[in-house]
Amino acid sequence: MKVQIDSERCQGHGRCYDLVPSLFGEDDEGYGKVLGDGAVPPLHEREARLAVANCPERAIELLEEA
Amino acid sequence: MAADERFTDYRDSREDGPVGTRSEIITGPVSDWATDFSHLEPEWAADPYPIQDDLRQRCPIAHTGRFGGGWLPTRYEDVAAIAYDTERFSSRAIVMSNFRPPRELAPVGGSPPISSDPPFHYDARKLLLPAFTKKAVAKQEPATRAFCHSLIDAFEERDVVDAAADYAQHIPIRVIANMLGFPPEDGPQFREFVEDLMEGINLPPDDRVARVSRLFDYLVAQVHDHLDRPREDLTTYLIDAELYGRKLEPSHVVGTLVLLLIAGIDTSWSAVGASLWHLAKTPADRERLVAEPGLLPTAMEEFLRAYAPVTMARLVREDTRWRGADMKAEDWILLSFPAANRDPAQFDRAGEVVIDREVNRHAAFGLGIHRCLGSHLARMELRTALEVWLERIPEFSLADPSAVTWATGQIRGPRALPLRIR
Repeated sequence: MKVQIDSERCQGHGRCYDLVPSLFGEDDEGYGKVLGDGAVPPLHEREARLAVANCPERAIELLEEA
Repeated sequence: MAADERFTDYRDSREDGPVGTRSEIITGPVSDWATDFSHLEPEWAADPYPIQDDLRQRCPIAHTGRFGGGWLPTRYEDVAAIAYDTERFSSRAIVMSNFRPPRELAPVGGSPPISSDPPFHYDARKLLLPAFTKKAVAKQEPATRAFCHSLIDAFEERDVVDAAADYAQHIPIRVIANMLGFPPEDGPQFREFVEDLMEGINLPPDDRVARVSRLFDYLVAQVHDHLDRPREDLTTYLIDAELYGRKLEPSHVVGTLVLLLIAGIDTSWSAVGASLWHLAKTPADRERLVAEPGLLPTAMEEFLRAYAPVTMARLVREDTRWRGADMKAEDWILLSFPAANRDPAQFDRAGEVVIDREVNRHAAFGLGIHRCLGSHLARMELRTALEVWLERIPEFSLADPSAVTWATGQIRGPRALPLRIR
């Protein structure tokens, strides 16, 4: 599983990096950014879904790959 | 280096330029909230949620002839659609009143970037974003925490304190004075500026102009003080900032100072006050948060959802039929994030406060390009204010529920909140 942020939608609310700082961080203007390659360790899948569900702009996508 | 002359004659030049339009001031009891709503009447201030819930079921977009005409969407999806649609809905004015600023003011507006439309909005906002990131505002946290403790120290042996007047209001005032580099002892004046701008909506025009002028005069004096003695703060930053290869227009500098000074005060004050009001009347939630401090960030988001302090406004650009409403150019939209946040189509148990609500896609800080610039600062202030209060005063209750009063207008929160603390 991977997360990615749609930068067209992100407005810098910061819910993702508030909730899951192991997967998300902020850039110099407060917009969310995915840390590393966005791969979600199995133990963090629930948190990743929480970040998706709490983004006010629906800017986070979850890619469920094989 | 030549002296900065942008502000030399600024005070006089404010009177020039295009004028706006005024509408008739209509006050008094509302006949039907669907056709005659007013967010300035006491019934709305005391408890707007039943009104919003009723409108959401039967309208869902209410109309009023007051303020020269306006609309009130109450569903989350309508509020969101308008927030995203900057083509149809302009931010040229964001406080619904009996005065519409001249159309020529767009796309900058009177207090950029909150009053700005694209494409100017993006550039004006970009100047400010770095100062308001989570990381940047975290630098204010130690001083904020110490200040919260000092406010509680000052309660001394009192049994009853006013959590709005003696606690909540002082916190954002101190923080923003520090960030702007204004004297902390001017704090009491800031409260008056906020009331003049946000609550004096239905005052006679001359009175309103005089009150707004006081604020501008104060800010211009602060700009001159910073020109004489530049320092490491947001005021000097704005004076020196450049856009499109030039320093900012003086009206941009002062307009942004209006925004930065005013927008963060009654909003955070309201959020802290409403949260303490909820905990004072809900012992189970209070006891749980005292026992589980780690739940506070989650509970705080729920307070922001259920008691969202901020409603914004927009102006309709051109006549348009929008989701069944015949909107006319220059009609107001009262963009109620509080109503959106209680829409049962968007939230389970929308009318209840569920302090461990894990999924909470609320819109307390707006949606789209105008997401509250200070949201990270507001969250830091709210979290710190509640942490310190709960640590110092774990047991408290409403001293007199009938003595609690709420602000009128677009920012809603307790203005008198007597709490029994021992």
